Amino acid sequence: MLAHAIFFYIFSIIAVISAIMVTASKNTVHSVFFLILDFISISCLFIMIGAEFIGMIMLIVYVGAVAVLFLFVVMMLNVAQQKNQWFLSKSSSGHIPIGLIISAVIFFELIIVVGGWKYKPNLVNLTTSSSTDKITNTHSLGQVLYTDYIHIFQISGMILLVAMIGAIVLTFRQRDGVKKQSYLKQISRERSEGVEVLEVPSNKGVKIDD
Amino acid sequence: MTEIDLGHYLTLGAVIFSIGVIGIFLNRKNIIVILMSIELILLAVNINLVSFSIYLGDLSGQVFTLFILTVAAAEAAIGLAIIVVYYRNSGTIRVEQIDKLKG
Repeated sequence: MLAHAIFFYIFSIIAVISAIMVTASKNTVHSVFFLILDFISISCLFIMIGAEFIGMIMLIVYVGAVAVLFLFVVMMLNVAQQKNQWFLSKSSSGHIPIGLIISAVIFFELIIVVGGWKYKPNLVNLTTSSSTDKITNTHSLGQVLYTDYIHIFQISGMILLVAMIGAIVLTFRQRDGVKKQSYLKQISRERSEGVEVLEVPSNKGVKIDD
Repeated sequence: MTEIDLGHYLTLGAVIFSIGVIGIFLNRKNIIVILMSIELILLAVNINLVSFSIYLGDLSGQVFTLFILTVAAAEAAIGLAIIVVYYRNSGTIRVEQIDKLKG
């Protein structure tokens, strides 16, 4: 239990500090790196409390795909040189105190929810599933995911497909001057427009205009 | 103090959620950091779902975490594609200079 507490505090402090650095960092590339650190520490927490599958999936999806996508876009758009100037213009800084107030209110509301959970833990009906120690987390998750939640699972696959096609369609553009292979043009070529037989008179050349 | 229960995880989720909201409100740099703040908010929601799922012994929370992960990945891909297109058209992604919808 003591080791659990120590590791919880280590990982959560790393996660909170790196979350602050994501929003406050001067350089966007550094923000992406702190986001990766945040995801790694939170997935360590998940693995620590017994949700191994979710932790590993978070490592793969977030650190392996989403963070690399962010990094790719930051590098491609060349915005790393734009320094973070929070309160640059006076006109647009009017909403900052309101934002701080709203964030504080949200934080205290969530803390109040935690306190209510502490004092009235019997309000929520505890639906303890019959979890045996033989079945691993991944196994039991798979048993639930492919039976009870199969339709939502397939809908999420459709969401991923739509996102992929949407991203491709959004960023696709036609450029001039790019040589492309057109199959329709290739197979619809006729002999008459490709080859011409010339009668070459002797001692005189043939002028081919090209 | 040494006994880690559900409240600790919920507090961690609340802290990260609030940091994400503050990051959205206070950001003056570019939209990519705002997208990263949205990822932080979704991460906080995932923390709440997984900790409730573990402490209540119900697997539904982890299943919903999977779906939130899916939607977050799709949202990041679409959002970054929109940002790339906007940068190609207007040459900037600074938050202050994106005010075309103001009229």
